[in-house]
Amino acid sequence: MNEPAILFDRVSKSYHLYHPMTGGIKSFLFHLPEAVKILKNSRYEVLKEVTFQVGKGESLGIIGRNGAGKSTLLGLIAGIIKPTQGKIAVQGRISSLLELGGGFHPELTGRENIVMNGVLLGLTKNEVFQKMDEIIEFSDLGDFIDQPIKIYSSGMLARLGFSVVANLDPEILLIDEILAVGDMEFQKKCLKKMMDFKKSGATMVFVSHSMENIKLLCDRVIWIDRHTIKIVGSPEEVIPHYV
Amino acid sequence: MNSKIQYYIDLIAVLTQKEMKVRYKSTFFGYLWSVAYPLAFALVFFIAFKVIMRIQIENYALFLIAGLFPWQWFVNSVNTSPTVFLGNVSIIKKIDFPRNSLLIATVLQDAIHFILSIPVIVLFLFLHDQSPSISWLYGIPILMGIQFLLIYSLSLMISSINLFFRDLERLTLLLTTFLFYFTPIIYPESMIPDGYKILFSITPLSPLMVSWRHLFLEGTLNPIFLIVSFGYSVLFFIIGSLIYRKLSWKFAEVL
Ligand SMILES: Nc1ncnc2c1ncn2[C@@H]1O[C@H](COP(=O)(O)OP(=O)(O)OP(=O)(O)O)[C@@H](O)[C@H]1O
Ligand SMILES: [Mg+2]
Repeated sequence: MNEPAILFDRVSKSYHLYHPMTGGIKSFLFHLPEAVKILKNSRYEVLKEVTFQVGKGESLGIIGRNGAGKSTLLGLIAGIIKPTQGKIAVQGRISSLLELGGGFHPELTGRENIVMNGVLLGLTKNEVFQKMDEIIEFSDLGDFIDQPIKIYSSGMLARLGFSVVANLDPEILLIDEILAVGDMEFQKKCLKKMMDFKKSGATMVFVSHSMENIKLLCDRVIWIDRHTIKIVGSPEEVIPHYV
Repeated sequence: MNSKIQYYIDLIAVLTQKEMKVRYKSTFFGYLWSVAYPLAFALVFFIAFKVIMRIQIENYALFLIAGLFPWQWFVNSVNTSPTVFLGNVSIIKKIDFPRNSLLIATVLQDAIHFILSIPVIVLFLFLHDQSPSISWLYGIPILMGIQFLLIYSLSLMISSINLFFRDLERLTLLLTTFLFYFTPIIYPESMIPDGYKILFSITPLSPLMVSWRHLFLEGTLNPIFLIVSFGYSVLFFIIGSLIYRKLSWKFAEVL
C-alpha cells in the first residue's frame, strides 16, 4: 500500500463515566476528596491500543456491536476528540458525516446551513457558492432548501448532510451509518456517489451495520470488539466471522 | 497563508451572520431591540435618579446614554457567553474547527449593534445643542478595540469553564449586575466618596466606561485610562487564552 492517509499508533481512548462537576461547583467542592477519587478511577476504556492504517485511496469499513466504539474511532480521525494515549496522523482534508444534523444549526435554512457547514469544514465562501447548485440538486429537497432545517424529517436531514459532504471534494470521507434513514432511491444515489469517490482516489472510512453495503464499497474491514480490533481483512474474510 | 486568512475571515463572517439570524429569529423589531434596551434603562434611571432623587448632574439623560450604550455591548456579550458553546453543540460535536471563532462571532455581533446605536447618541447630542467631536474618528476605534479584546477574553474564560461548571451562567449574571453599580455609569467618577475611590481602581471596566463617556460628551481621551483599560484587556486575554487552551480539546466530550 502507498503512503497512509490515516495512521493510528497504539491509540487508546477512555471516558470518565461520572462527571461530578456537572453537578455544579458546590457539590464538587463539598465532596472534593470523593469527587477527585471518582474522577480518577471511573474511567471507561472504549478503545485500547488500536493500531491500523488506511492507505490513500483505500476504503475501510468498520463494523461492530452497538457501543463498540465505532463512532468514537471516527471522532478521533476527524480530530473532534483527542486520544487518551497513542498517536494519530491524518493527511488530507476531511469531510465527515457523523450524525444526523451534525454540523448544522436547526434555526438556519438548508441553504444557509450548506454555506456554514462548508466553511466550517474548511472551504472558503466562494468555493461553497460555486458548488451550491450541485449540492442542492443532489439533495433533491426542492423548495424545502429555503426552510429552516428544524422542520426537516430525518431522511431529509440525511439528504442534506450527505449532499454537502459528498460534493465538497474531500480527500478523506468519513461516514457514520446515516444512510439507513434515507429512502431506497436516495440510498442508491449515495452508494453510486461513494463508488465514484472510490474511483476518483479519495480515502473513505465507512461505519455501517449493512454488510451488503460494506461488501460493495470497502477494500478492507475492521471488526471492533471488546475495545480493540478483533479481525482485519477483506470483507469476504471478516464478515462471515462477524455474522 | 493568504488562503488561511481568507478562511478565518469567511469563518467569522458566516458565524456572525448565523448569530444575527438566530438571535433575532421571529422577532418583529429585530436589532432595534439593541437600541430600545439601553434607552429603556436610561429612562428608568432618569426617573429614579433625576426626577425622584434629584441628582445634581446637568443633561443627565445624555450622560446616561453615553455610558449605557457601551455598557450594553459589554453586558450582552458577557452574559450570553456561557451559552455560546452550549448553543452550538451540533457543530462542535461534529466538526473540528477553531472553537473560539464562535465567541469572536458573538462579540462581533454585539459590536455591530453598538455601532448601529451610535447615531442615537448623536441624536441626543443634537437635542442638547451639542455635536460629535472630530476626535471620535480615532477615539471610537481605539476604545472599541480595547473593549473587544476585553469582552472576548472574558467570554473565552467564562464559556470554557461553564462547560465544566454550569453554575457560571448564574454567577456571571450576578457579577455583571454588581459590576454595573460599582462602575461609574449612572453616576460620575467624581461623586465617589474619598474612602471608596479604590472601588474605581479595582473594577476593571471603570476606566473604559468613563473613557467612553468623556469621548462622547467632551471629545477627550485620557491616556492613563486608556493604558489601564488596555492593561486589563491584555491581562484577561492571557488568562482567557490559557484556560481555553487547557480545556478546549475536551469540549466535544462534555457537551
Ligand atoms: N462523551 C462520552 N462520554 C462518555 N462515554 C462516551 C462518550 N461518547 C461515547 N461514550 C461511550 O463509548 C462507547 C462507544 O461509543 P460509540 O458511540 O463509539 O459506539 P458505536 O460503536 O458507534 O455504537 P453504535 O453502533 O450504537 O453507533 C459507548 O459505551 C459510549 O457509552
Ligand atoms: Mg455510532
